Amino acid sequence: MADLIPSVDGGHREAPARPAATPGGSGAPAIELRGVTAGYDDRAAVESVDLSIPAGSLVAIFGPNGGGKTTLLKLIAGLLQPWSGTVRVLGGAPSQIAHRIAYVPQAELVDWGFPVSVWDVAMMGRFARLGPLHQPGAADRAAVSAALDRVGMLGVATTQIGRLSGGQRRRAFLARAIAAEAELYLLDEPVTGVDVPTQEDLMDLLAAESAKGRTVVATTHDLAAASRHFDRVVGVNRRIHADGPVSLLSDPEVLSSTYGGHLLVIGERGVLLDDAHHHDSESGSERHYHDAGRKA
Amino acid sequence: MTPFDALLQPLNYAFFLRALAASTVVGLVCAVVGSYMVLRGLAFMGDALSHSAFPGVVAAYLLKGPFYLGAAIAAVGTALAIGWVTRRGRLRSDTTIGVLFAGMFALGVFLFSRIPNYVGDLFGFLFGEILGIGNADLLALTALAVIVLAVVAVFWKELLYSTFDPLGAAAAGLPVARLDYVLLAVIALTIVVSLQAVGIILVVAMLVTPAAIGQLLATSFGRLVAIAIAVGVISPIVGLYLSYWLDAATGATIVLVETAFFVLALAFVSIRRRAQPAR
Repeated sequence: MADLIPSVDGGHREAPARPAATPGGSGAPAIELRGVTAGYDDRAAVESVDLSIPAGSLVAIFGPNGGGKTTLLKLIAGLLQPWSGTVRVLGGAPSQIAHRIAYVPQAELVDWGFPVSVWDVAMMGRFARLGPLHQPGAADRAAVSAALDRVGMLGVATTQIGRLSGGQRRRAFLARAIAAEAELYLLDEPVTGVDVPTQEDLMDLLAAESAKGRTVVATTHDLAAASRHFDRVVGVNRRIHADGPVSLLSDPEVLSSTYGGHLLVIGERGVLLDDAHHHDSESGSERHYHDAGRKA
Repeated sequence: MTPFDALLQPLNYAFFLRALAASTVVGLVCAVVGSYMVLRGLAFMGDALSHSAFPGVVAAYLLKGPFYLGAAIAAVGTALAIGWVTRRGRLRSDTTIGVLFAGMFALGVFLFSRIPNYVGDLFGFLFGEILGIGNADLLALTALAVIVLAVVAVFWKELLYSTFDPLGAAAAGLPVARLDYVLLAVIALTIVVSLQAVGIILVVAMLVTPAAIGQLLATSFGRLVAIAIAVGVISPIVGLYLSYWLDAATGATIVLVETAFFVLALAFVSIRRRAQPAR
């Protein structure tokens, strides 16, 4: 039962000093996956994944639905154990450095009727480091207050989360990650279902965290948002099909390989359509693209 | 008889005082534990675990062992088995609950049917007999209640976080699977505490109804628990007096009082919602 007491000495643990990260550049990897295969029950969701993400980067994981975006995020968070291969995060196994990880689930998975306020959600970020028996104190309240201030939510701190707008709901969870003093933020579909101005606000906040040296990894199926706001992209569809700068998103080869011929919306330019009869083709070289006109 | 006499007169009886003490302890513990249960959707689990305690109660009766020990072993054992089978067997948890709780209850009925002239005691087990509670029972019940409340006091934050957002809590390093087992064990013990007061069939109401009223009325977890405790402690007192005056079954009267509070809360919420329609 030792795990029930995650940090008895807790509450005062400071994040170790880190060298300034070069965004999207060559800092020490914050996340390293080697030969990872994993899935649910007996169905593999991702296979033979090799991935290295530098500390301080702002990374979007993109790919088709069911392609393994969330699986990848859960592997990094330690929520899913790989069948084979190794996952190293911030220099350790995810379970060893869990208090340095903040995971924000998809908005659809959250019970928004749950009787907690914005303040309560942010305070949960302090719980793991406090440990059982320790009650939140002045330092925790100060951290929560500062986190809510950073995301502009101090004014609605006492509001029940169900009464918030979509953007505010995301910010409440972002405040939880900040209050936890996490070094790695993992967000599942953070910009899905919010309007573009709200997306901009959220992404500005995430970019600011990344500029402070935090590593931010978010899944998205919104390629327009990915290309606008992130500095690295990882394309996944069972395997890693892209891993590098955002410019990869304008490479039709990368997209056709990742999506295997599904309908795409790219940037501001238009729609790419793949021929349906090539769906099962793995060659990729014979695919035809039709410019289906400009975005309305 | 003045209303004042009506309140004081039952207090002359030691059995009434013991029943009052026992049922308020039960109401308090059920309210606290029930608050986590309603937020996790575990109402059916509560019903199942109380039925699962039955073979333990019968075995204790047959072996002349302590009632609470038999009930605790059966209920906690079933709680942990449900968690384990659900994790391993790729079954939905309500399926596992349905299978195990019916099986355990059948085992209890089977054992009981082997006892000659069993009908009278069966009624007590199924519907409670709080007026028959002895000093030793009161002591055992209070000790178990203190254990349950202590466990919740230690893990309240962790249980709340893992109830609200199990993925976020697990990623942050909370042992979510073990916390699930802790909560199941605590629910099972709470049921054991409550069995003599309201019986196997009605325990689930003590657990779920006060917390459900809290959920209807509160927007914070602290207030939900506070409202649940208020309803959970007041209802048995009102119910005991009513059952005394009306000469009605005690456990059932207590549960009916809680149900009446629930209907009032529901009406209040509907009226409030109509008063301020669009938000």
